[in-house]
Amino acid sequence: MSHLSERPANPVVGQEIPHESAALHVTGAALYTDDLVMRTRDVLHAHPVQVPHAHARVTALRTQPALAVPGVVRVLTAADVPGVNDAGVKHDEPLFPSEVMYFGHSVAWVLGETLEAARLGAAAVEVDVEPLPAIIDVKDAIAAESFQGAQPRVERGDIEAAFDAAAHVFSGEFEFAGQEHFYLETHCALALVDENGQVFVQSSTQHPSETQEIVAHVLGLASHEVTVQCLRMGGGFGGKEMQPHGLAAIAAIGSRLTGRPVRLRLSRTQDMTMTGKRHGFHSQWRVAFDADGRLQALDATLTADGGWSLDLSEPVLARALCHIDNAYWIPNARVNGRIARTNKTSQTAFRGFGGPQGMLVIEDILGRCAPLLGLDPASLRRRNFYGPGQTTPYGQPVRHSERLAAAWDAVTRTGDLDRRRAEIEAFNAEHPDTKRAIAITPVKFGISFNLTAFNQAGALVHVYKDGSVLINHGGTEMGQGLHTKMLQVAATSLGVPLSRVRLAPTRTDKVPNTSATAASSGADLNGGAVKNACEQITDRLRNVAAGRLGVHPSDVRFGADRGGIISAIGGTGELIPWDELVHQAYFQRVQLWAAGFYRTEGLHWDSATMHGSPFKYFAYGVAATEVEVDGFTGANRTRRVDIVHDVGDSLSPLIDIGQIEGGFVQGAGWLTLEDLRWDNSDSPTRGRLATQAASTYKLPSFSEMPEEFNVTLLEQAHEDGAVYGGKAVGEPPLMLAFSVREALRQAAAAFGPQGTSIDLASPATPEAVFWAVEEARAAASGQPDDGHVTASSNGDHGVVPVQPHGPARHPESERVVGRQAVEPAGVRP
Amino acid sequence: MASKTATVAELVPAPAAIVNGRSCGFGGISPQTSALDWLREQGLTGAKEGCAEGECGACSVLVARPAGDHDEAGSQWTAINACLIPAASLDGQEVVTAEGLGTASQMHPVQYEMAMRGGSQCGYCTPGFVCSMAAEYYRPGRCGADTPVGDYVPGSSATLPVEGESAAADLDPNAPQHDSLDHDHGANGFDLHALSGNLCRCTGYRPIRDAAYALGIPSDDDAFADRRHRPAPDAVPTRLKAATGTYARAADLSDVFTLRSEHPEATLVAGSTDWGVEVNIRGVRAPFVIGIDRVPELRTFEIGDSSIELGAALTLSELESRLDGRIPLLAEVFPQFASRLIRNGATIGGNLGTGSPIGDTPPALLALEAVVVLASPAGDREVPLADYFTGYRATVKAADEIIRAVRVPLPLSTVTGFHKIAKRRFDDISSVAVGFALTIDDGVVTKARIGLGGVAATPIRARETEAALEGQPFTREVARTAAAIMRREGTPMDDHRASAAYRSTMLGTALLKLHAQHGHNTTTEEASA
Ligand SMILES: Cc1cc2nc3c(=O)[nH]c(=O)nc-3n(C[C@H](O)[C@H](O)[C@H](O)COP(=O)(O)OP(=O)(O)OC[C@H]3O[C@@H](n4cnc5c(N)ncnc54)[C@H](O)[C@@H]3O)c2cc1C
Ligand code: FES
Ligand code: FES
Repeated sequence: MSHLSERPANPVVGQEIPHESAALHVTGAALYTDDLVMRTRDVLHAHPVQVPHAHARVTALRTQPALAVPGVVRVLTAADVPGVNDAGVKHDEPLFPSEVMYFGHSVAWVLGETLEAARLGAAAVEVDVEPLPAIIDVKDAIAAESFQGAQPRVERGDIEAAFDAAAHVFSGEFEFAGQEHFYLETHCALALVDENGQVFVQSSTQHPSETQEIVAHVLGLASHEVTVQCLRMGGGFGGKEMQPHGLAAIAAIGSRLTGRPVRLRLSRTQDMTMTGKRHGFHSQWRVAFDADGRLQALDATLTADGGWSLDLSEPVLARALCHIDNAYWIPNARVNGRIARTNKTSQTAFRGFGGPQGMLVIEDILGRCAPLLGLDPASLRRRNFYGPGQTTPYGQPVRHSERLAAAWDAVTRTGDLDRRRAEIEAFNAEHPDTKRAIAITPVKFGISFNLTAFNQAGALVHVYKDGSVLINHGGTEMGQGLHTKMLQVAATSLGVPLSRVRLAPTRTDKVPNTSATAASSGADLNGGAVKNACEQITDRLRNVAAGRLGVHPSDVRFGADRGGIISAIGGTGELIPWDELVHQAYFQRVQLWAAGFYRTEGLHWDSATMHGSPFKYFAYGVAATEVEVDGFTGANRTRRVDIVHDVGDSLSPLIDIGQIEGGFVQGAGWLTLEDLRWDNSDSPTRGRLATQAASTYKLPSFSEMPEEFNVTLLEQAHEDGAVYGGKAVGEPPLMLAFSVREALRQAAAAFGPQGTSIDLASPATPEAVFWAVEEARAAASGQPDDGHVTASSNGDHGVVPVQPHGPARHPESERVVGRQAVEPAGVRP
Repeated sequence: MASKTATVAELVPAPAAIVNGRSCGFGGISPQTSALDWLREQGLTGAKEGCAEGECGACSVLVARPAGDHDEAGSQWTAINACLIPAASLDGQEVVTAEGLGTASQMHPVQYEMAMRGGSQCGYCTPGFVCSMAAEYYRPGRCGADTPVGDYVPGSSATLPVEGESAAADLDPNAPQHDSLDHDHGANGFDLHALSGNLCRCTGYRPIRDAAYALGIPSDDDAFADRRHRPAPDAVPTRLKAATGTYARAADLSDVFTLRSEHPEATLVAGSTDWGVEVNIRGVRAPFVIGIDRVPELRTFEIGDSSIELGAALTLSELESRLDGRIPLLAEVFPQFASRLIRNGATIGGNLGTGSPIGDTPPALLALEAVVVLASPAGDREVPLADYFTGYRATVKAADEIIRAVRVPLPLSTVTGFHKIAKRRFDDISSVAVGFALTIDDGVVTKARIGLGGVAATPIRARETEAALEGQPFTREVARTAAAIMRREGTPMDDHRASAAYRSTMLGTALLKLHAQHGHNTTTEEASA
């Protein structure tokens, strides 16, 4: 066990405690950025001037009419930018653009005494534009070769030889949608300037340091002239990693120019139409299996729909390429990646960060190919798992791959899958119009930022003279429970009860140069830093205690008797209360605070060759989901979900289970419900997001929650490479939701003859599932999908579905084609 | 006591509401200021804005509403979307927010359960969940926590079969169980539909459900529980004037007519669940708003021999509890209509008031052959709902008319069904909605009335399908033939909710599904099959 991962006696980590702010949440007392506005005087409100064109050159911008609106104080335009007119880190995101790059791009901002005044002012601003051709659809971008950024490739083995030698080759295409973050709290910033010119921005940001840097460069200031604080976020999910910066900068410009606090809070529709989302992807692939259904080769091209600017698309794409293997050993692989430039919002980080997209491609391939190989999908997946000593296509050894099988077997056992599969078979035989299915899918997810430099963190720990402890670290709280875990880490490390430790909000003037709270790495990185700071303090206190107890410093123990007591091995047997020792140390002029630092060891990554070991470790999980599909409508429900997930030795079990469940449901939303519809017509609203509000973009609600939801943490899962043996948990569980999608595919297939391969659109909305059911029924009647399908001959079939003129299925995916004769359905090769 | 020289202002209390036990005035607000913005300006920032259109429930707060149609019924803590209603409509009312329910050191039982079970992650949705959950915690008639699991029959009254209809247990096992209530109710009687209007992006809901199902019964010294035994605050004939407009609550129907004649530009607002969206999302502003939701003449509820009259200003929640399953077709509509939060505000008159082609009550009311009662200073007139809609969001209602009530003729048909097609089971707008009311005598369809929503510019009757069914035995063959006709009813369109092809197909399958559910009860063919 490493020093980093080893837990002392009586650790506070591992205790099941509620979120540190739970009591504030439930009583409405917890403050979010916009709640501060009501507690600040003389605030001005900012409203964007959004241009309703997907692509256009701005030929004139007349702000005068806005100033005539009562209550309008100022209109901000490019001319007001004292520094650099750019909101990103790639210099491709003008804050006040002269070219409208997507429908709803804002070209100016109006400041008003009230939000109403600012809104009316924005409506009064006159913008003349010259429309330009716009690319909306990713396939159109591919055809037009509209790409941006790097085009990486992951490659291993002799791909052509593998295809030549393979028993089965299939090829296909699969396009799938992105996802709106829909954090319940929309983007918000509140900027003020103090008497000394220091800019202070309260921002709902996952990356305060970068918000600070961008505010500084937009204002033409040095970083030390800007402070950013994030109290907490009402959800982030990656959506507040890059996107808050420009908004904070607008508020800061407004505050510098007017001398008044400026609040910028996006309405839901502004948030949905202006800020980036999960990337939708297009994929084209060819896959080879041997006669036993073992993967031999994968040749794929993934095109991420990046939207109008680069944003985080390059690292998102890199992670997609590094996760297309998911849990499966693919000896020969060639995976190309590219980023389409389209006239849409600039797609960005979203829980999983490309990983889900890469993994969805392989899971879709396996789900479609299993029936054509005559294999049960579960068996196909299981037989392709990584084995000992195998490495990923980018060259990283898959440590602890045996945990995949352990989790799989545990789910199979605790989920009683064998019995339930038999029950489902009987149920389906009796129910022509309702079908059920269980699918089981694995997750392997790499933890660390792909870019090695980001894997560092800082913390500040103060012990006051009375023994109370205040901690501060570089991570932000967005609901994931990071602060709770950090309190537990500090209490464990100092050997004091949790109640002695408090945490102060994240601020750039406390801990500088922090990385984004992202990549699930918040607890690993900041926990390492907090622990490091605490240990500097205990090392100093150790000497004080050793003198008093008459022992060698290495024999001093912190945290005896449920915390707060210092003892020694041997010596007088005296016990020193923590407060007393601290008091004594102060009078001995011992420093009672420390700045901690942590860097993840052992990472290396060559982004040019896409080779190396970018991940500290992998997180594993397995989910089995049972669904029921109504053959009349495609409506479906999730009857039961069983999950076994590897969080290492959990730092905080209630928090971790919450992350697993929440991630799962969010993933299920992406795959089955949430429907980003961009207008791809040639109408004047080309490029408009049609589902731009909660009324049209549907998140999972209570009705999508699994009726039975069993989540277990994998046992004996200590992780040597992370603080107190825990593992990152923010992102990996999202991908457990593949089991929902695959179960829907299998249930739809059950409406057809055995061995029916089903193409399923993503999201698999009830309508998409219905068309999949129709596809299966068409296979049953042996007729091609010619628009009229008759009932099956047994007369039991209650439906005569007609599918008049080929419904708009998106994506249109090519049917999986077998190059060689495929075994008859249901027969195992 | 007012002295002889008291001014009117001193006699008539300034508009104010009691929020968390304290009086809060309405200084500086306009008729469109939402209750949410107003509460937040009072420093009560617990209620949040997540969408401003009634979809997320982050703004949920409690108001004391009458629990029945007479004072003895007491009051009921009712959760509503503060983002949708005008703040001014709260004049004289009692409001409780999450802050008012408890504090971090003294949590309310609902807050305690939510906190301890991991019911909050980012916490942004939480105050809203807490209010919705508290409303259900205090719902009169919710079974006690001591009720053993299994004893409680959820929704039992609302699912009582009418004459000629089979008991639920006899339903075709083939019928998908989407509407099954088992998973939506706790052993403590907690109805999960109470939370159907609250979205959480973080938790995946399981801990919130566990918190809800763990709730016991309010203790004896619970002031909120006690408050239920006294009448709800009366509606106040508010006149709140601001520079940007006026909010006026009408005292009675004649007051509505007077106000309207003085202010022809006035907008009527009942539950404000449509109007609030217009204001917040589409930026519509009204110089004069007339609140009609508490007008007594619009709140009639009469079960007569030949018809049932439903007052236009009754909310869907009120109708649900007062009808108590008396009109099975509507009993099927209620749980599928929006969310509990919305149903607590949304009125049946408002559902017809917009003339929207995708409202959920019109297809059902068309099938029930309902009649709209329109009132004007000249008196009432009755219009069959089938003749009420004239075009996209256009109706026969004259400018000076108001919907006073909806009348459902008796007797009711024996086989009814409401099929709503939407992406999400809870709280979604229909892409297609179908109301069925068939009278079947000796296996033969003697009367068929089918209302459709979402397939034309107005809600319509599926007249060709009705004709194809009438006089025929309700066999699978007949259902199939009629389904093929039904698929061609209307002129559905493609949009972000559904494709036109799917909408058409769903019309046909709705009839087949109805047959699968009811066919064997009305004909004998399957029995021998
Ligand atoms: C989140 C959400 C979900 C929804 N889901 C559904 C759903 O599932 N199904 C559905 O059908 N609807 C749904 N709606 C729409 C809405 O709730 C209903 O249309 C509701 O019935 C409107 O009633 P109201 O009292 O709130 O109307 P208001 O908003 O008060 O008024 C609506 C319109 O009707 C007029 N009006 C109101 N009462 C009368 C009257 N008595 N006489 C004449 N005119 C009148 C008003 O002037 C106004 O123009 C939803 C709305 C929201 C916000
Ligand atoms: S803010 Fe979303 S329902 Fe009111
Ligand atoms: S806890 Fe974050 S939205 Fe519910």
